[in-house]
Amino acid sequence: MAIENMGLGKAINEGLRRALAEDPKVLLIGEDIGTLGGVFRVTEGLKDQFGGDRVIDSPLAESGIVGSAIGLAMRGYRPVCEIQFDGFIYPAFDQITSQLAKITNRHEGNMSFPVVIRVPYGGHIGAVEHHQESNEAYFAHTPGLRIVSPSNPHDAYWMIQEAIASNDPVMFFEPKSRYWPKGDVDTAHNSTPLHSSRTIRPGTDVTLLGHGAMVSVLLQTAELAAEEGTSVEVIDLRSISPIDYAPILESVRKTGRLVIAQEAPGNLSLGSEIAATVAERAFYSLSAPVLRVSGFDVPFPPAKLETLFLPDADRILDAVDRVLSY
Amino acid sequence: MANTTHDPMVQLLAPDGSLAPSERAEEFLPYFQQLTDENIKRFFRDMSVIRRFDTEATNLQRQGQLALWIPSHGQEGAQVGSAHAVRPQDHIFPAYREHAVAMIRGVDVFDIIRLVRGLTHGGWNPNDPKFRNFHLYTLVIGSQSLHATGYAMGIKFDGAYATGNYETDQAVIVYFGDGATSQGDVHEAMVFAASQQTPQVFFVQNNHWAISVPVSVQARVPLYRRADGYGMPGVQIDGNDVFASYAVTAKLMDDARQGKGPAMVEAHTYRIGAHTSSDDPTKYREDSEVESWVARDPIVRLEAFLRDKGVDQAFFDEVAQEGADFSSDIRRRIVAVENPDPAAMFAHVYSDPHPLMEEQAAWLATYEAAFPTEEPEPAAASDGGDA
Repeated sequence: MAIENMGLGKAINEGLRRALAEDPKVLLIGEDIGTLGGVFRVTEGLKDQFGGDRVIDSPLAESGIVGSAIGLAMRGYRPVCEIQFDGFIYPAFDQITSQLAKITNRHEGNMSFPVVIRVPYGGHIGAVEHHQESNEAYFAHTPGLRIVSPSNPHDAYWMIQEAIASNDPVMFFEPKSRYWPKGDVDTAHNSTPLHSSRTIRPGTDVTLLGHGAMVSVLLQTAELAAEEGTSVEVIDLRSISPIDYAPILESVRKTGRLVIAQEAPGNLSLGSEIAATVAERAFYSLSAPVLRVSGFDVPFPPAKLETLFLPDADRILDAVDRVLSY
Repeated sequence: MANTTHDPMVQLLAPDGSLAPSERAEEFLPYFQQLTDENIKRFFRDMSVIRRFDTEATNLQRQGQLALWIPSHGQEGAQVGSAHAVRPQDHIFPAYREHAVAMIRGVDVFDIIRLVRGLTHGGWNPNDPKFRNFHLYTLVIGSQSLHATGYAMGIKFDGAYATGNYETDQAVIVYFGDGATSQGDVHEAMVFAASQQTPQVFFVQNNHWAISVPVSVQARVPLYRRADGYGMPGVQIDGNDVFASYAVTAKLMDDARQGKGPAMVEAHTYRIGAHTSSDDPTKYREDSEVESWVARDPIVRLEAFLRDKGVDQAFFDEVAQEGADFSSDIRRRIVAVENPDPAAMFAHVYSDPHPLMEEQAAWLATYEAAFPTEEPEPAAASDGGDA
């Protein structure tokens, strides 16, 4: 057994370290990731260990980071880009959606683009504008990208390595508020494939679904619901594109009720897509409409209002009560 | 534009076809002097054949065989000279008008025709050795400049340059136009290239028009002078002088391969035709301007040079026939080409298996199979009136 206790940020650091050590074609590129070790210290120590040609402090330009990573992939490298914060990704939007996402298709299979884009995302950290967004849906709408988000250190350790091993572009959304809480990481065994959802708490009355930092809120909600006599099943989505519907549909067929929680604004969101698909595929199993508990359809608010903006256990419990009252 | 006349330009071949190197051309002359008579005749042949092909493609578009055509007429000197200066081991990142470069690298230009007919978004495999590292066309202006820089970073990390081995040291050349120089990606590509000191040449074909917008809207100083701001050499050339294009590109690519870092070429040329077949240049530019550039035509200029050297009419007849054969071959092949298999839509969106692709491809196949096989329609009444 190789169980180590660490935060999600450290787990990604260890996953990157292992990927760098195992494959000389893996390299990291981003702003402040070398000497400083990243603004969240996720790449701390890696430049010392692997050198400045494999852990590259790039000029301050996001499109340049992703665009040059595409060229590096053409050369046979497996670049891992770091975007410093969620809200800073948009200068790279063209290179991600018009180039990286479409370029495998453009090459008709004669070239692969194993580029990983790490994105620290989401709220709960009391930061200024552009530092707390959940913008995964923009990218999930784009064919050609794969998108994942771990919720805990063990998954983060393995998922980053699987993302790097993928022959397709993978956007790796890291719930930055979960960088520090520690959890057990089994560095010897990985049981869940990258694009699999996972039921992490069994229950019979209502299914709760979410990803990233929402998962810990869902588990907290489930505890509170249990005190009220409601048995809640919790699913950690893990993969945002493609979505692994089998565990979701299986759970809904059992509970008949689904509540989806997400930090992103609800309009045209990941939750919207999942609700529609569940309605299409499990209509006769549903005892209530699928409900979404989302961020409001406003820009992420100033930090002093973020606890009102972000779904918390009370708002999710309210939705649980509503699906039970149908 | 400020002070263009005071900026030194590399020119070897004057518009009348005489060899008259400018002062700025001096350091590049040794590269010109390496050229044999056969090399120079090859330049002429390539320029002529691609112009004939360009005319044919314009006609095919007008006849409804192509959705779009992107003419290269007028820019053959810049393209053919630079393309021949690139060594087989180098990598080329084109924009979308570099048909001459494609042909010289061994790409079947029919693959470009397939792209503009609507059969593919790509067309060729840049990894296939027979295409000698000519990458795919990129239609978003300037995006390919970053791919080129990333590729050149890879050459650096691989140590595949500056070893002193002329046969294996590699460099990258990336093509884009004057309009693209305003794009953020081109700026970032130059910043990253300078930061990493990549082995790479940025080749700007300044054809003076970004669709309808003149280069004076993009820049208040000659574009080549921007290179200084990035900390790389910038050289301005007469882009309708195939010798200048060859010699300057050859030297700067050599420098790049030897580890001297990136450089930029601004080739002054002119888009004689429309931006694309969808464009109408009569709406935004004067005939007199076009005529002044026709008088500086790169092919006419080289023909005068060759005739002065005593090349006989038989050579020119042979080249004209080659262009005609090349073009009729394209016309013959286009009518025989079939539309892509619908399953191709799903086949390469991802490299690894993907559940949505499998699901949707299967759905489409089932859906299509549900329709009865089409029977020929009975002939319609010839008068088209009500029965």
